Amino acid sequence: MTRFVRSWLGIAATTATLAFGGGQAFAQKELVFGLQCDRTGPTATVGVYLCPGYHDYIALVNSKGGVEGFKIKVLEVDNEYKVPPAMEAHERFKKEGAVLEGLYGTPQTAALSKKLEEDKILGTSPGFGTAAAADGKRFPYTFPIAASYWSQAGAAVAFAKEKLGGNLKGKKIAYLFYDNPAGKEPLPILEDLAKQEGFEMRTFAVPAPGVEMGAQVLDITGRFKPDFIITHLFGRAPSVSIKELKGKGYPLSKVIAFVWGSAEADIIAAGGMGVAEGYNTIQFAGVGKEFQVLKDIEAMYKAAGKTPPKEMDSTVYYNRGVLIAALHVEAARNAIKAKGGSKPSSEDVKNGMEAIKGFTLGGLVPPMEITAADHEGGGWVQIWTVKGGKLVKDKDWFQGYREIIKKHLAAEASKS
Amino acid sequence: MFHRESGVFKTTYRADMALYPLPIAKWTVAVLALIFVVIVPLTVHEYYLSILNLIFIAIVGALGLNILVGYTGQISIGHAAFMSVGAYTAANLAVRLGLPFWITLPAGGLMAATIGVVVGMPSLRIKGLYLAIATLAGQLIIEWTINHVPAISGGAQASIQVERPSLFGVSFNTQGHLYFFLLFFAVLAIVATLNLVRSRIGRAFVAVRDQDIAAEIIGIDIYRYKLLAFAISSFYAGVCGVLYTYYFGIANYEQFQLIVSIDYLAMIIIGGLGSVLGSILGAVFVTLLPIVIRILMEDVGSLFFTTAEMANVISGLRLGVFGGLIIFFLIVEPEGLNRLWRNIRSYFRVWPFSY
Repeated sequence: MTRFVRSWLGIAATTATLAFGGGQAFAQKELVFGLQCDRTGPTATVGVYLCPGYHDYIALVNSKGGVEGFKIKVLEVDNEYKVPPAMEAHERFKKEGAVLEGLYGTPQTAALSKKLEEDKILGTSPGFGTAAAADGKRFPYTFPIAASYWSQAGAAVAFAKEKLGGNLKGKKIAYLFYDNPAGKEPLPILEDLAKQEGFEMRTFAVPAPGVEMGAQVLDITGRFKPDFIITHLFGRAPSVSIKELKGKGYPLSKVIAFVWGSAEADIIAAGGMGVAEGYNTIQFAGVGKEFQVLKDIEAMYKAAGKTPPKEMDSTVYYNRGVLIAALHVEAARNAIKAKGGSKPSSEDVKNGMEAIKGFTLGGLVPPMEITAADHEGGGWVQIWTVKGGKLVKDKDWFQGYREIIKKHLAAEASKS
Repeated sequence: MFHRESGVFKTTYRADMALYPLPIAKWTVAVLALIFVVIVPLTVHEYYLSILNLIFIAIVGALGLNILVGYTGQISIGHAAFMSVGAYTAANLAVRLGLPFWITLPAGGLMAATIGVVVGMPSLRIKGLYLAIATLAGQLIIEWTINHVPAISGGAQASIQVERPSLFGVSFNTQGHLYFFLLFFAVLAIVATLNLVRSRIGRAFVAVRDQDIAAEIIGIDIYRYKLLAFAISSFYAGVCGVLYTYYFGIANYEQFQLIVSIDYLAMIIIGGLGSVLGSILGAVFVTLLPIVIRILMEDVGSLFFTTAEMANVISGLRLGVFGGLIIFFLIVEPEGLNRLWRNIRSYFRVWPFSY
């Protein structure tokens, strides 16, 4: 009964705020961030961990007085990985005066990149969108702010080279990928590297939804017999690949997965950490709980008398959410400083994002340097390996074959 | 609309078939035109225009699917694939040959119509669920082809960026400009469909839907009309895809996957099969309702919860409420929103008397 009364009071109060509100938002210093998310669509397995990470970091910043005196208000819209709601979300953020927004989803990033440019609001697309968006001159308002699939391909080959004794000549590498545009994107890089390093590369496509790859794995392990396997899969497919490769007796220590096949959830769904011993993963944000910022978030929850959320245990995606939020806040901080403490516009925040350098958040964020020309920030990754039931850092921040990626970016730029 | 037809007697077939059966209907249309062409764009914030824009595009696609499923009775779950055919045709023509939208738009429609006829050919031999599976195959084949042929997809990430449409040197690059661009085509599609369904072709479609053998006996070439239905429906879908392409500034096949076909089927089933108004209501319902539910929930929820707590709940709850409302409306009126609207109208027509 009381709950019923309370909800009606709520509706009445809403009507009242709708009627008399309006002007009060300007009373305090506030910045609005927009965040698109997918908590219910096909990539919900990522969104339900990533987005709480974003919110928690912003709450942490607000609890410490905000960024340079400005409180941050986050608007979240769940776009369900559909494109029309993404456009609606963008217009909503724009109406509420958002200075930047976090995009979610590759087709959504593609569909919004033109609108973002027209409206002069920057959008971040870590792990989404085309690799060519790293070129800030061609895509001035799209910021990948994390290693693109090209950079990941370079890193994967560099890692394979290291593990195979520093020489890839005559070696065989299999590329197992999800058969969609994102899955095919690293192919030019891999082909180039195969020529340069002298290894034999063969590709194995997995059709959507990627839960059946027995034939491909049998082909890889039985016929091709590669020295190393690079996998680039999404959704439930990474778990299936771990299971299948393990089932065929291929050593998982010779497998490296791109960023969307590298979360704890993927490994647990494949049968648990114990099963996937040796599985290598590429990460664009730090993994694990050993970061001061995560301890601060836990302390914030405990101070409020709550238990820290269970999403924090899925550290791969949660930490990525923290990384996105942290870079957004840093961009805003740079912009406010450049404006001498007054409220920045969305263009100021874009300039602030392009000034990010040497911000590592205790190792959770790579030593990236975002510039007007390089919106990827250098394409840094870490390699984490499953060892003894948890993910262990195998290789610290590095860039794989940066010169090849740069060559391809230049070639893309000259095409348009 | 609420008006009475007493005293209006129709003495010719022409009068009976008129688009506006009552004189007052013309005034209704004039008022609607005034609202949508003058009042709405002048008074409404750009954000709401962007929602209307999405609705306009959805209306074009829903009308096309309703012609096929609602009027002709041929089930298709490949509608989104026809949209992608239109989208990539227009994008390729616009980028490679630099053609303006008034060429690429019909070209996209025509290409989709051609492909639609091919995919529709199984309809000559099968019906119902079997046809649904055949069109599903069409959807998958088209998706695969675009994904694997760089000549169509433009290479990187299978997406082609296009410039905003422009006419007489004016570029439609804001939501306000695009509003008029999309409104024009939505109205064109509505008027064209209204005229189509009261013509010989439209009546033949209905005859094929109700009983195809009977239709054949009274002299309707059902093969021709079934394929024509696929062609016209795919033409609408193609145009819808081109409109999406110009609206987003990019053709990307991931925007046109199977789930989108299902969304459009949902629109016409909720709105009402075999009715133009139903297509419009369905497009409005499916596009608008999730947004309205979310905004209401955010307003009520923000009184009790923080943003982060709310975000955890709203997404799932919103889907539940949306699904619940669909079930509710279909139980209240299985023939869709169009029928619901007509029931309300006929109730008030004789109000306050019951007969």
